[in-house]
Amino acid sequence: MAGASPTPPAEGGRPRRTPRPRRAIRTGTWGEVVFEALRTLRSNPLTLAGFVLVVLLVGVAVLVVVVPPITSTLFGHAYSIVPYDPNGIGQTTLVGPTWWPWWTGLFHLKPAPLDLSHPLGTDELGRDIFSRVLAALPLDLGIGMFITLLSVAIGGGLGLIAGFWDQGRLGAALSTVILRVTDIFLAFPSLVLALALAATLGRTLTATLIALTATWWPYYVRIVRGEVLVIKHQGYISAARIAGEREGSIVVRHVLRNLLEPLTVYATLDIGSVIVTFSTIAFVGIAVPPNIPEWGSMIAYYEGLFYPSAVWLVFAPGLAIFVTVLGFSLLGDGLRDVLDPRTRRAFARETRSSTSPEPVPPLGAPVGEE
Amino acid sequence: MGRSLSDLGFFIGRRFLEMLPVLLGVIVLTFFFTHSAVPDPCGAWNPHAKAPVLAQCRKTFGFDQPLYIQFEKYIVQLVQGNWGTDQSGAQVFPLIAQGIPATLELVLASLAIMVIFGIALGVIAAQFSGRWPDHMIRVFYLSGWAAPTYLAAIILAVVIGPTFGLPTGGEYSVNPPFPQPTHMSVVDALLAGNLPFVGDALVHLILPATALAFLNLGIITRMTRTSMLEILPMDFVKGTRMKGLSESNVLYRHVLRNSLITTTTVLGFTASGLLSSTVVVEEIFRWPGIGKYSFDAIVNYNFSGTIGVVIVFAIAVVVANLIADVLYGILDPRVEWR
Repeated sequence: MAGASPTPPAEGGRPRRTPRPRRAIRTGTWGEVVFEALRTLRSNPLTLAGFVLVVLLVGVAVLVVVVPPITSTLFGHAYSIVPYDPNGIGQTTLVGPTWWPWWTGLFHLKPAPLDLSHPLGTDELGRDIFSRVLAALPLDLGIGMFITLLSVAIGGGLGLIAGFWDQGRLGAALSTVILRVTDIFLAFPSLVLALALAATLGRTLTATLIALTATWWPYYVRIVRGEVLVIKHQGYISAARIAGEREGSIVVRHVLRNLLEPLTVYATLDIGSVIVTFSTIAFVGIAVPPNIPEWGSMIAYYEGLFYPSAVWLVFAPGLAIFVTVLGFSLLGDGLRDVLDPRTRRAFARETRSSTSPEPVPPLGAPVGEE
Repeated sequence: MGRSLSDLGFFIGRRFLEMLPVLLGVIVLTFFFTHSAVPDPCGAWNPHAKAPVLAQCRKTFGFDQPLYIQFEKYIVQLVQGNWGTDQSGAQVFPLIAQGIPATLELVLASLAIMVIFGIALGVIAAQFSGRWPDHMIRVFYLSGWAAPTYLAAIILAVVIGPTFGLPTGGEYSVNPPFPQPTHMSVVDALLAGNLPFVGDALVHLILPATALAFLNLGIITRMTRTSMLEILPMDFVKGTRMKGLSESNVLYRHVLRNSLITTTTVLGFTASGLLSSTVVVEEIFRWPGIGKYSFDAIVNYNFSGTIGVVIVFAIAVVVANLIADVLYGILDPRVEWR
């Protein structure tokens, strides 16, 4: 978010863009990027909902992790936004959501006192469900993001090598090897591979992380190689070569830059899938020990114990996964619509600002509204 | 390089030949991963056994030998059609082979649900694109994607099933009195001519197939919607309208037919996720297929079973993609078999 936008928004109204000289290589400041992103979000309410959800979840997760150490250094006592110790055994056992009687009281015109001490109820040991679901948020969200970033780095790096340096004897051999190994990994159904790896590598969190990364990197080899093969033959790459730019600089300034858009979309969508897969491995019972709160293992544990009489035990962690993944899916799906050149044209028609030049439709493109 | 039947034959043959090195890689990778991560599963198999029993176990299964000798032995057996034994000494291959038809039946049923509802929703979304039905359908299919398969399966099994009186486990309510030569519940009942059991088997299919279909319904819906929106502005659609055909005729006979070509190819991509999901769904609904078998094999350190299941899954993914490619070629007359 650093760097001011070159065109500060006018007071009250829509931001107005002043025309400025075009440079040979288009460079956008961070302000421009943020502005563009916000305009994109405003155009679609569902994408905006996804964005708000993601920001909210990430914010809460950061607070869960950061608040205790900060308060302990500032005030000498660690406060936390998690209301109860997730593993602390309480006096009460198995209470439903505590606002529930209040809510039903509304219909009887005799409101019960609103009690929010256990908003999502407690389990059979008196542990607060809300605290357990909240305490699991940083773990699930963090693993989703960490595995996705790691896979983008590993798979993307290999895909870049296989796509960009496939000339020459060494390059061709290297890229063939990379692609063949990728094919082998892609032939496994992802969940089966992740489960099998996590189960044999020791049934710990580390084993699960290795298994998830091993499952996810090959997709990015395919995606990045495909994109690089297209980018490589663009005119601006040859132009940069002729201008005497070094290969490394071309890769960083032109290839990586153009990869950023598609990778953002795929990574956003994948964070949700990684969380689902991780929680499935936890659901099977081989990812985390039972004392660490995790959504998937909570569902498995509570479903095995009490489900018919205590619905809230399974619904709370289930809803947590659902909302998290839905947030990333909505955001990623909306971003894909915007970044996909076929739908981008239609999108540009909707949100074109009055001062930007008319987009020139390519030859053969459909003209007019349908 | 054409569209004749022999070209198609060459195409399929070439794809199968290309599959062989991938399959070999899958076998090598799985074998060395499992055997080097857990060099001696005897302890895990018999947690309370004494040292001589463990030594005997190691000797029986060959875990005391170097890895490459174990691998050589395994490959030789595999080529001879012997896929190894699990810890109880049972042959793995018959168990897997028994599970394949049951899983195939489940996957086909879920494919039917997916295609029917996915295409219907996609058409509605395209017809009302940008308006509220479109947004509702988008929320619906993204929710299907956001709910993990095990969550959907549990909710179906514990909430929906009892509410509507649908069975939530197994293939039949009671053990069938007829032999099961094909191991596909509906087909077996049909072959026996036992109509009440056909109905029973169909009812038992509903919930697990819905749980499986839920994940990929969105992909079908999305692809149908996108490709219909791509085709709608084309000139030939205008042509059909100018000829005076009714709007439903234009939409269903011309636009939908052309957009189904894209939808078909996407079906191939869903195969991998569908097969993955069978592991969880079959475990929850106690469906006696290969997914349940692989779940048990993975959790119980059954290496021969794990490798066998992985081989079958890998072949299934490749074959599903091949079928999708062939269908695509048949549907789209511009495609040549290359």
